[in-house]
Amino acid sequence: MISLTRLYALLRKEWIQVKRDAITLRFIIALPMMQLFLFGYAINTNPQHLPTGLLSVEHSKYERTIIAALRNSGYYDIRTLASEAEAERALAQGELMFVIAFPPNFERSIDRGERPAVLIDADATDPSAIGNATAALATITGALDRDLPPVMRTTPTAPAFQFVIHARYNPEQLTVLNIVPGLICIVLVMSTLFMTTLSITKERERGTMENLLAMPVRPIEVMVAKIVPYVFIGYIQVVLILIASVVFFQLPLRGSLVTLLMALGLFIACNLALGITFSTVSANQMQAIQMAQFTLLPSIMLSGFMFPFRGMPAWAQWIGEIFPTTHAMRIVRSVLLKGNGTPDILPELWPIAAFMVAVVAIAAWCYRETLE
Amino acid sequence: MSDYVIDVHDLRKSFGMLKVVDGLSLQVAKGEICGFLGANGSGKTTTIRMLCGLLVADSGRGTCMGFDIIRQAASIRRHVGYMTQKFSLYEDLTVFENLDLVASVYEMPNARKAVQDIMDRMGIADRRDQLAGQLSGGWKQRLALTACILHEPQLLLLDEPTAGVDAKARREFWDLIHDMAGEGLTVLVSTHYMDEAERCNRIVYLAQGRIVVQGGADEVSHHSGLITYEATGPDVDAAARSLRRTPGIEAAAVFGRALHVAGTDRAALEAAIYLPEYASLSWREVEPRLEDVFIHMLSVKGEEP
Ligand SMILES: Nc1ncnc2c1ncn2[C@@H]1O[C@H](COP(=O)(O)OP(=O)(O)OP(=O)(O)O)[C@@H](O)[C@H]1O
Ligand SMILES: [Mg+2]
Repeated sequence: MISLTRLYALLRKEWIQVKRDAITLRFIIALPMMQLFLFGYAINTNPQHLPTGLLSVEHSKYERTIIAALRNSGYYDIRTLASEAEAERALAQGELMFVIAFPPNFERSIDRGERPAVLIDADATDPSAIGNATAALATITGALDRDLPPVMRTTPTAPAFQFVIHARYNPEQLTVLNIVPGLICIVLVMSTLFMTTLSITKERERGTMENLLAMPVRPIEVMVAKIVPYVFIGYIQVVLILIASVVFFQLPLRGSLVTLLMALGLFIACNLALGITFSTVSANQMQAIQMAQFTLLPSIMLSGFMFPFRGMPAWAQWIGEIFPTTHAMRIVRSVLLKGNGTPDILPELWPIAAFMVAVVAIAAWCYRETLE
Repeated sequence: MSDYVIDVHDLRKSFGMLKVVDGLSLQVAKGEICGFLGANGSGKTTTIRMLCGLLVADSGRGTCMGFDIIRQAASIRRHVGYMTQKFSLYEDLTVFENLDLVASVYEMPNARKAVQDIMDRMGIADRRDQLAGQLSGGWKQRLALTACILHEPQLLLLDEPTAGVDAKARREFWDLIHDMAGEGLTVLVSTHYMDEAERCNRIVYLAQGRIVVQGGADEVSHHSGLITYEATGPDVDAAARSLRRTPGIEAAAVFGRALHVAGTDRAALEAAIYLPEYASLSWREVEPRLEDVFIHMLSVKGEEP
């Protein structure tokens, strides 16, 4: 039977130890914030002066006006290209981010009111890099208005000409709003997983395990006592990260905060439990760290954070579905961005819970009450 | 249920190819203080760990306080006080916090008061709020002992409890052990100190995982069949050096100003010490010291395959 007296005693011990290791504690709280800012801003920067190639046959007056407007937006550094082949090569090699191609007889088409299309090829391998630049195009469709008679000017339903954007290499564009919720989960899994990964190996390597084992404590009590203080610290992180995301990255908070905190609490506990399991099954700290790193990578790569989840092959999606980070990320996106409530996120909640039960069971199974 | 507090038969334990405990049987009666001796690596710690369920014996059977050492390890844990050879309390917790943890984990009623009482009794109340990691070696040992008697166990398993402890503290420590034994506590204590061995009711001497000899201190001495002579006179150190290389003499050592020589063959021993070069020394036969006996046993056992 689990004894509350013993559990409380162990909890107190863990909490004192956490508190006393002030440097680690500060690290634990500060690092995720630093990561959020580092990656948040790195991803969220608004790159300007992107190298742009121009394919034009007639160099007409209208074209010059549009090009001037593109230059003035600050996003495009434009140079003229000799041929389509050159454009293709430069785009593929990453020398150019955009290629703008005016159709032949552009000026005549405008004058006839045919509303011609200007083709823009964009290198979308890094969508956040081109996101703002492509967004700026919308304002430029009105650039010719001063040169045109009133009837031909841009109206909300019909611009004088239009940009047709080909997002090349990565058709499913991610946006910043997509990235920050994902980043929250990545930062959380990185910090919480390692909190407990060393906890049991540390007892073993310091020799305190022998004394702990000689006392009448149950494995589950030891594990719970090691998890709970960090759930608390994990919550501090969640709150700080959410505040920072709202304040600095303009993340909308559309859904229920309570739902979100509950779901993230489960996510944190799940990571901590996984850490304990690594700690239990490994012989030393090195092994435990390696196991944690081994799970971290798929959590980042296959969760839909790095690549659009639907774009991955089916087997990769299957693997991705196992990791709690994948589900936590969907929960955060759906609660924050879509304003979904608890019933909506249940399908994502139970896989996290199931994962946690499974790893706790493994840990309890592997936890040795002897020194072997 | 057996009358013995410790009653184990034919315990065996190997680590890989190495037989660490090799058919050990041991009975310890209630209230007895049993000294556990043996060279480094002879299997003392391993045996003690098997007794309190921290290691599972490969084979053998037995009970500890009436509980089966294999199947009822959890019950044994509640009633045994085990002091590890290496300090194993939490260095980043204070003296009080460590003891409080132990008292609460054993679910003692009124844990705080029990901790305060034991700190007073053991004279560590002054160090209440000092971090255990900052205590000196001797104080750490004292804290560890306090922690293992705190929950009023019936059996103490002490693994080299006085290593690195000063003479006065060791004396107090043994007085305390005798007091507690008088109250009915049973003690199994491993040690490398001969003066401590002499304070045990019974000595169990281990070599390569087997009990070589056991009994009271004098029984053990007699059993060895060792003959010891003591000499006083000028330059005993030089004499010790050359005697050590003389056949028939197993050990020659200087204690204070007296030279001790020991051997099992009386004729050879006497022939050696009455050589003319040692004429300036005056010899007399003495009872073998426990130390001589153990060194003798160590060298004999060491020659076995
Ligand atoms: N977990 C283990 N794995 C492998 N070998 C071990 C293990 N524990 C002990 N040994 C080996 O078993 C032998 C006996 O060790 P043990 O600690 O019981 O000796 P000891 O009598 O307590 O020695 P000491 O006086 O040095 O404390 C040693 O050779 C040791 O190397
Ligand atoms: Mg030992």
